[in-house]
Amino acid sequence: MIRLNNIHKSYEMGSSSLHVLKGIDLHIEQGDFVSIMGSSGSGKSTLLNILGMLDNYDNGTYHLSGNLIANMSEKKAAKLRNEMVGFVFQSFNLISFKNAMENVALPLYYKGVPRKKRNLIALEYLDKLGLKEWANHMPNEMSGGQKQRVAIARALISQPKIILADEPTGALDSANSYEVMDILREINDDGITVIIVTHEHDIAAMTSQIIRLNDGRIHEIIRNGELKQFQKEYIHGLETA
Amino acid sequence: MFDLDLWREIVSALKKNRLRSFMTAFGVFWGIFMLVIMSGAGKALENGVLDGVKAFATNSAFFWTERTSVPYEGFQRGRRWNYETSDIDYIRDNVKEVEYLSPRLFGNNQTGNNTIRGERTGAFNVFGDYPDYFKIDRWTPAQGRLINEIDLLQERKVCNIGERVAEVMFDKDENPIGQYLKISGVYFQVVGVIHAETRINIGGGKKEETIIIPFTTMRKAYNFGNRVYFFSVTSKPGTKVSDLEEKLKTLLKDRHKIAPEDQQAIGSFNIEKEFVKFSALFLGIQGLTWIVGIGTLLAGVIGVSNIMLVIIKERTQEIGIQRAIGATPATVIKHIVAESVFLTVMAGYIGLSLGVGVLEILNQILLKGGDELFFRNPEINLTMALSALAVLVVAGIIAGLIPAKRAVSIKPIDAIRDEG
Repeated sequence: MIRLNNIHKSYEMGSSSLHVLKGIDLHIEQGDFVSIMGSSGSGKSTLLNILGMLDNYDNGTYHLSGNLIANMSEKKAAKLRNEMVGFVFQSFNLISFKNAMENVALPLYYKGVPRKKRNLIALEYLDKLGLKEWANHMPNEMSGGQKQRVAIARALISQPKIILADEPTGALDSANSYEVMDILREINDDGITVIIVTHEHDIAAMTSQIIRLNDGRIHEIIRNGELKQFQKEYIHGLETA
Repeated sequence: MFDLDLWREIVSALKKNRLRSFMTAFGVFWGIFMLVIMSGAGKALENGVLDGVKAFATNSAFFWTERTSVPYEGFQRGRRWNYETSDIDYIRDNVKEVEYLSPRLFGNNQTGNNTIRGERTGAFNVFGDYPDYFKIDRWTPAQGRLINEIDLLQERKVCNIGERVAEVMFDKDENPIGQYLKISGVYFQVVGVIHAETRINIGGGKKEETIIIPFTTMRKAYNFGNRVYFFSVTSKPGTKVSDLEEKLKTLLKDRHKIAPEDQQAIGSFNIEKEFVKFSALFLGIQGLTWIVGIGTLLAGVIGVSNIMLVIIKERTQEIGIQRAIGATPATVIKHIVAESVFLTVMAGYIGLSLGVGVLEILNQILLKGGDELFFRNPEINLTMALSALAVLVVAGIIAGLIPAKRAVSIKPIDAIRDEG
């Protein structure tokens, strides 16, 4: 599904350049539920952007469903993004002057789906996320949890293969966070690959695979079986703290 | 191709951002509104002035006498003199460039009420004219007829009266034609109530308060002898009236023993010269209108561009999200440009309509104001309106394209991160 091979990425910061990713090798299968962790500056957001084709990489190869993603035109990238990837952001990033339904329907607009049809589909997705009666509300009339659910509906509407979530619970309280994670798990149960970036251990612990980044390299990958161990360690860490 | 969805998106985006849309549109609206108003006002001034003079023969010149300023052939300076009827005949016979020639005598209106009919009296300007005068300064009969050659030949005591004279000397339901007026002690029969087609005024007084009688009758009835106070000529087609004016001046100086270098003795002016001045003036006004109008329009367009640029900055995040969920750069640019064009054209159209509407209201008010106004029929022509609109569309595209290009050059991820 996703195959990264020795990915390098550096940013030009004026005269100096910042080497963010220093050779990432990663293999994510269809249907995986993965979290990417790491301290700030470890390159986790950059990795997510590259995965989501929002940013280019400098060296290495990135295969998505067997296609090599390299030096694509903006147009092609946009199309692929629309078909393959759904985004969920920390700050929700709903369009403020559109109501919930219109926000959810937006990706279909770019696909050229007629208005009536896409609004109908949007309602369906809102219904799935328990927000049907909020369809005509503007984003500023909704709570953080509701907004994030709208954003998830928007990410799902184009029936992507992958959901990329950048700190999806970062702006939510724990009740809402768990709710969002439940939704993401349900999505994952439907066979969609879900990749989230987080720095919260309890959130990461709900995924089936944790990738720890450190200083632009993969520090460790904790898989399903080892996850219990991780949880134990985490709880132990809390107790000693 | 008409893309209903695209327009729905645009209209909803504009509607949801009312203040922003309004501010953007207002610049353009104001620019085109001012252009229309100014151009219409300029045109109205032109129409007003030209309407008042267009019926006047533009190839006409007028002559009167002043005191001499140079001693000549035994005469001292400061001599008073007059033209004579023999001058008129001489010019008719010898100056071939003359088309129409009409001498004029001024009646006595120094004594106050010079016109009497029963209990009614009035002070009017009385002129003795040839029928040719009506061809130089056009008058048309509102009732009855104009004075003609036979009146002149038979020295009939008939008169044409201005509309105001008819008002003062007759009842509303009275027909003035065939009635008599006592003018400076002599009875004249009214044969026509006449209406002045121009507002150029030769000889002073209001044109509505004019009484015109045959030149020959006036001469005989009031004892003017062979004097001529004033005369008007027009030049034949192909002759410049300015040249004719000079020629006649030289000739008249010679006939009346006036020094050739005397600049003062003969008073004259020609309409041609005045018309050239008018034309230049209106050309100037129109040029100014365009310069100021285009300047205003340009300011409006720059305003739109500016606001668009700010908007794009404000919308960076929104554009980033749109691109993250699948909008291509072309879609984004299309949206922004379409928004901008839509705004400018709508605003321009409203400005245009409102401007034309205001001009029309002004026109209605002016129509009630009557003939006296030097300001009438404000209008703008279609070409100008359309070219202004075309400028707006182009400006709208540019105003949209520049910020759109900028918006697309920002990486979607940076755009989204902009907020944090």
